[in-house]
Amino acid sequence: MSILVNKDTKVIVQGFTGSEGTFHAGQCIDYGTQIVGGVTPGKGGMEHLGRPVFNTVKEAIKATDATVSMVFVPPAFVADAVMEAADAGIELAVIITEGAPVRDMQMAKAYAVKKGMKTIGPNCPGIITAGECKIGIMPGMIFKKGNVGLISKSGTLTYEGANQVCNEGFGISTAVGIGGDPIIGLSYKQLLPMFEADPETEAIVMIGEIGGDLEIQAAKLIKEQIRKPVVAFIAGQTAPKGKRMGHAGAIISGTAGTAKEKMDALEAVGVKVVISPAEIGKAVKEVLSK
Amino acid sequence: MNIHEYQAKQIFAKYGVPTPRGIVAHTVEEAVANAKELGGNIWVVKAQIHAGGRGLGGGVKLAKSIEEVEKLAGEILGMTLVTHQTGPEGKLVQKVYIEEGADIADELYLSVVLDRAAEMPIIMASTEGGMDIETVAEKTPEKIIKVAVDPSIGFQGFHGRELVFGLGITDKTEQKKMVQFASKLYKLYMENDAEMIEINPLIKTGSGDFLALDGKMGFDDSALYRHPDIEAMRDITEEDEDEREASKYGLSYIALDGEIGCMVNGAGLAMGTMDTINYMGGTPANFLDVGGTANAQTVAKGFEIILKNPNVKAIFVNIFGGIVRCDRIANGILEATKIVDVNVPVVVRLDGTNAPEAAEILKNANIDNIITATDLGDGAKKAVEAAKQQA
Repeated sequence: MSILVNKDTKVIVQGFTGSEGTFHAGQCIDYGTQIVGGVTPGKGGMEHLGRPVFNTVKEAIKATDATVSMVFVPPAFVADAVMEAADAGIELAVIITEGAPVRDMQMAKAYAVKKGMKTIGPNCPGIITAGECKIGIMPGMIFKKGNVGLISKSGTLTYEGANQVCNEGFGISTAVGIGGDPIIGLSYKQLLPMFEADPETEAIVMIGEIGGDLEIQAAKLIKEQIRKPVVAFIAGQTAPKGKRMGHAGAIISGTAGTAKEKMDALEAVGVKVVISPAEIGKAVKEVLSK
Repeated sequence: MNIHEYQAKQIFAKYGVPTPRGIVAHTVEEAVANAKELGGNIWVVKAQIHAGGRGLGGGVKLAKSIEEVEKLAGEILGMTLVTHQTGPEGKLVQKVYIEEGADIADELYLSVVLDRAAEMPIIMASTEGGMDIETVAEKTPEKIIKVAVDPSIGFQGFHGRELVFGLGITDKTEQKKMVQFASKLYKLYMENDAEMIEINPLIKTGSGDFLALDGKMGFDDSALYRHPDIEAMRDITEEDEDEREASKYGLSYIALDGEIGCMVNGAGLAMGTMDTINYMGGTPANFLDVGGTANAQTVAKGFEIILKNPNVKAIFVNIFGGIVRCDRIANGILEATKIVDVNVPVVVRLDGTNAPEAAEILKNANIDNIITATDLGDGAKKAVEAAKQQA
């Protein structure tokens, strides 16, 4: 078991023949992901990486029965691509593209919700179910199979966290990089209950950062619905106010969105909050050996 | 990207959002000429910098004669203005805005920002104009009216009604004027990919007109490519020189006031590294994300920018190589030390793909001031120790 994706998941790639799409789709195929085809308008009928290329998502679904799309389309066109996927009946779009205009993503997300399509990202490393299916740009070999679910706004902190969990002798069920943009798809609120329901997952690591209030919402939800142990780290305790820390959404405005506010809220509902990401592995060991 | 008040007001004017008349000046002579051109007998001389709190800092003054305009423009132009948003070093004033005086009967607050929880723009209004809105939000949150506007339906009549009744505007003509004001502001927010618009204060004049007395605008950097007119408003003198230089090389850099320079891949890990240094008893000198494609050139540039800061006593390079192979980064670091004279200890932690090979490369290079670390905690600890020994 796992959440959202597994060895049977059929995936198409939007922006398949571009350099990013080509490289990472190749890596996913090597990992064992069922990449069944791709979409590049105007290149339909071609073959790329041994997989068929289609002009539209509708044609791709018809021919391959894909349910998930991995999106590498450039920022100016990514909203269009995501809405096309939603319109065609894709169930989950994993949006890797970085630098999408906020207004575009707002529109695309609203349409995806209306059509019942889940989204992950944009500006994220993607999702991986260890040993089964990698949809994204993360280095697959870090993620050894195991019983810890991971949700993170940051790409490299996802790798850092997973690596520590594995070094302590545990492993990852599914890891989801949700992205650090102001408007994102699936977040803690939707993913935590999925991990709670997944029999394979026994503990959850959530990695957040300054800005917005998703972690505060997560704290409320944990109190009500989550019984599995949760370890959390919030990046940006030492970040200055009003400065954007790399991610478009990582900004403290006024007193809202600080690391402290989020850490306090999580601690108050029984989450094991670590002050440094270097402590994630040890904390997981602690909660799992209780 | 942020713009100046006078630029925001140019955009307001284009959309029919009423403002007092004004002209920007770069010199005292221009300021005097502008005041004469505007006419009247009262003017406001306003420092143009990208920071709030200008009035309290002495950057906004009232002039009751042309002589006074001359005197005040002379004082404000070239001054280093310190406000609660500039930091203690302040900002050099290079432009002043000469604006006609306004007849203020009442001061309100109006802004449009993205509500991240609702995932749509929200119009915020308050009767407490002229005050710091964060203070209002903290002390009297009931005095802030929030109206979220779903872009799929746009600004409707009910949005306007929620706003005017919330503000306690009872006069029919005034209600109509305020609804138009807000609807135009929403339109310009959407059409220009603004990130935020804030008008504080928005004034009501003695004759019942609403005017944007101030104007603050920020834009979504990711959307600037489709707004060349706004991109042209960029004032590079308002931006930090090192941050700008770094961004040319795809590096994201922010200076802080500590002693340990950081070079990290990924924004989250970069923040996490700063936090870990702090946790180990040290202080980070900067945030620096080298991005997903660190190579010798970007690493060298990173060293160069970090070392410009005289407070830096040690550098912590923390890279989790995913797709990027660590052996390549190790070679990049060695090459970088040939390009840039690195005169402080450098703690290097390389983890992930090909990490053992990378450790071997660094070991064989045998460079005195390179200290290798096995993991994040170990690296931060070593960097803190190295900085202490330098002190």
